[in-house]
Amino acid sequence: MTAFLMRRLANYVVLCLVATFLAFSLASLTFNPLASFAERTPPPPAEVVAAKRLELRLDEPIPTRFTGWLGGVTKGDFGTTVTGTDISSELVSRVGVSLRLFLIGTTVGVFAGVIIGVASAIRQYKFSDYAATLFSFVLLSTPVFVLAQLLKYGGLQLNEAAGTTVLYFQGEATPSFQGSAGAALLDRLQHFVLPTLAIALPLVALYSRYQRSAMLDVLGSDFLRTAQAKGLTRRKALFKHGLRTALIPMATLFAFGFGLLITGSTFTERIFGWYGMGDWFVYGVQQQDTHIVATVTLFVAVLILISGWLSDVLYAALDPRIRVS
Amino acid sequence: MSTSTTSHGTDQATAAPGVPEPDEHPSRGRLVLRRFLRNRQGVIGLCTIAAMFALAYLGPFLSPWGYAESDYTAFLAPPSAEHWFGTTQIGNDVFAQTMRGLQKSLVIGLLVGLLSTAFASIVGAAAGYFGGWTDRILMWFTDLLLVLPAFLIIAILSPTFRGKTWLVFVALLAVFAWMITARIVRGMTLSLKEREFVLAARFMGVPAWRIIARHIMPNMASILIIDATIAVGGAILAETGLSYFGFGVQPPDVSLGTLIASGTDSALTFPWLFLFAAGFLIVAVLSVNLVGDGLRDALDASSDRAVKRDDETAVAESRRGATA
Repeated sequence: MTAFLMRRLANYVVLCLVATFLAFSLASLTFNPLASFAERTPPPPAEVVAAKRLELRLDEPIPTRFTGWLGGVTKGDFGTTVTGTDISSELVSRVGVSLRLFLIGTTVGVFAGVIIGVASAIRQYKFSDYAATLFSFVLLSTPVFVLAQLLKYGGLQLNEAAGTTVLYFQGEATPSFQGSAGAALLDRLQHFVLPTLAIALPLVALYSRYQRSAMLDVLGSDFLRTAQAKGLTRRKALFKHGLRTALIPMATLFAFGFGLLITGSTFTERIFGWYGMGDWFVYGVQQQDTHIVATVTLFVAVLILISGWLSDVLYAALDPRIRVS
Repeated sequence: MSTSTTSHGTDQATAAPGVPEPDEHPSRGRLVLRRFLRNRQGVIGLCTIAAMFALAYLGPFLSPWGYAESDYTAFLAPPSAEHWFGTTQIGNDVFAQTMRGLQKSLVIGLLVGLLSTAFASIVGAAAGYFGGWTDRILMWFTDLLLVLPAFLIIAILSPTFRGKTWLVFVALLAVFAWMITARIVRGMTLSLKEREFVLAARFMGVPAWRIIARHIMPNMASILIIDATIAVGGAILAETGLSYFGFGVQPPDVSLGTLIASGTDSALTFPWLFLFAAGFLIVAVLSVNLVGDGLRDALDASSDRAVKRDDETAVAESRRGATA
C-alpha cells in the first residue's frame, strides 16, 4: 500500500510542476504587465520603463524566468508583484482566508451531502427523496455567482425581519471590532454563514446525488441481505456494512469536488469581499501580473495534489483490495 | 447500424410479455423516442430549451429597443409597458440585452458541447482503436489537461482573445471540456474493436478511419448524445462564470454572465438588473440538465432506471391486460 501511495504522490508532484509551469509560461506570453505602468499620466520616462522591464526580467527566455522564480519559491520567496510589493507576505494572510473557507465548506458539504444522499436512498421515491432530487437539480444548475447573490438577498430579508443585523455580507469580520473573545467569535460567525453556504450548497447537491446512487446499488446487494439474515438489525446492517461500501466511490469524487470548490470560492471571495487566493487570482489577471497568477496556480495545484492524494489514502483505507496488494 | 446495436433494454422492452406493440418490431429510434417522451422532466426541459431559443431570436423583433440603444428619458426605470424588464443606469433596455445575452450563452453552450464531444470521440476512438504509442501519447495528454485548472488557464489566456471574435473563446472552452468523454469513448472502443462485425470489416480490408466512422461511432451514439447534452450545460456555466469576471465574452457584446456581473452590485436595490438574466440562466442550465437526464434514461439501456422503468411498465401493462 505504501508503494501505491508513494507512486501516486510522485505522479501528483510532477503534474503540479507541469501545471505551474504552464500557467507561468502562458501568463508570461499573454500578459503585458507594463501596459498599465506605461499608460500612467504623466507617462513615466522611458528609462524608468526600461528599468522596470529589466527588474521584471521580461527580456529573458521564459524557462529561465520560471526556474529563477521556482528557485525563489523553494526558499520561500515568491517574488514581487508588478507594483513592487512582496508576494510572500501577502500570501500568508490570503492562504489563511481561503483555507478557512475551503475547510469548513468541504466539511459541511461532505457531511450534509452524504447524510442527504443516504437518507434519499433509504427513502427512495418518497416525498423527501423527490424534494432532495429537485433541490439538488436546481442547485447544480445555479452558478455560484447567482447563488451568492441570492443568499445575500436572503440574508437581507432575514436582517429586516429580525430588525437587527444577524448576518453580514462583506468581509471576514467587522473592521476594528471591540469586544470580548466570545463576541469577536460571534462576529466572525455572522460573517461566515453566507459565504460558507455559497460554496457548500453546490457540494451538498453534487455529493448527495452520487451518494444516493452509490447507496442504492448497495441496498440491493446480497451481502446486505446476508448481514440482516444472520441477525443484524436493518440499521446496523445499513451503517456498518452498507454505508462503508457505498462510501468508496465517493472517495474519488472528493478530489473532483475540490476543483469545483476552488472555482466556486473565486466567486464567493469576490462577492463577499474576502481577500483570499481566488480574489487575488482575478486581481492578478486583471493587473496582468505573472507572479501572482503563478503563485495562485501553484497553490491550487498543491491543494489538488493534497486532495487527490487524500482521496487515494481514503480509497486505500476503505477498500481492502488496495490495502493488501 | 441496426444489426450491431443490441442492448438489454431494447431486448427486454420488445420481449416483455403483455406490452402491446402497434408494429411488430419498433425501430430503436422509435423505442428511444417513446421512452424519452414518457420521461416528463425530459420533455419539459426540451420544450423549455426550444422556447428559450425561439424567445432569444424572435424576442428582439417584439421589442422596439436594440440591445445597444439607450433611452435617455429612462435611467434605472423599473419594468413597465415601455421597457418590459426595466432599464440600466445608462438607459439600456434590459429585455433587449437579456435576449442578446441569452442568444450568446445558448449558442456558445451548444457549440462547445458539439465541438468538445466531436473532439472527444475522435481522440478516444483513435486511442482505443490504434492502441500502442498512439494510445499512450493521447491518454497522457488527456490526463494532463484533466488536472490543469481549466478555469485558471482560460482566465490567463483571456487577454489574447480580447478584441477578437468570440469563436476563439468557444474553442478555448471546448479544449478544456472533452477529456472525461474521451476516456469513456476509449474504453468503449477497446471492447467494440474485438466484436465480430468490426473484425469482419477489418479482414475485408476496410480502412481504419472508415471502421471508426461506420462501425464504432454509431455504436457509441447514445453515450455521445448524452455527453454532448451534459457538456452543453457545463459549457453555459463555464462561459457565464468567465464572462462574469470579464474573462469571457467581451464588451460591447453581452452574455448572461456579463449582464449578471453588471447587475450584481445593484441587485439588492434594483433587482431587475440581476433577476431576469439570472433567472434565464438557471432555467436554461436546468432544462439542459433535465434533457440530458431524460436522454440517459431513454438511450442508455445499462442505466438501471431505464431498465427498471421498462420492467415496471411491463408489469403494469401485463396487470392491466390481465384485468381487462
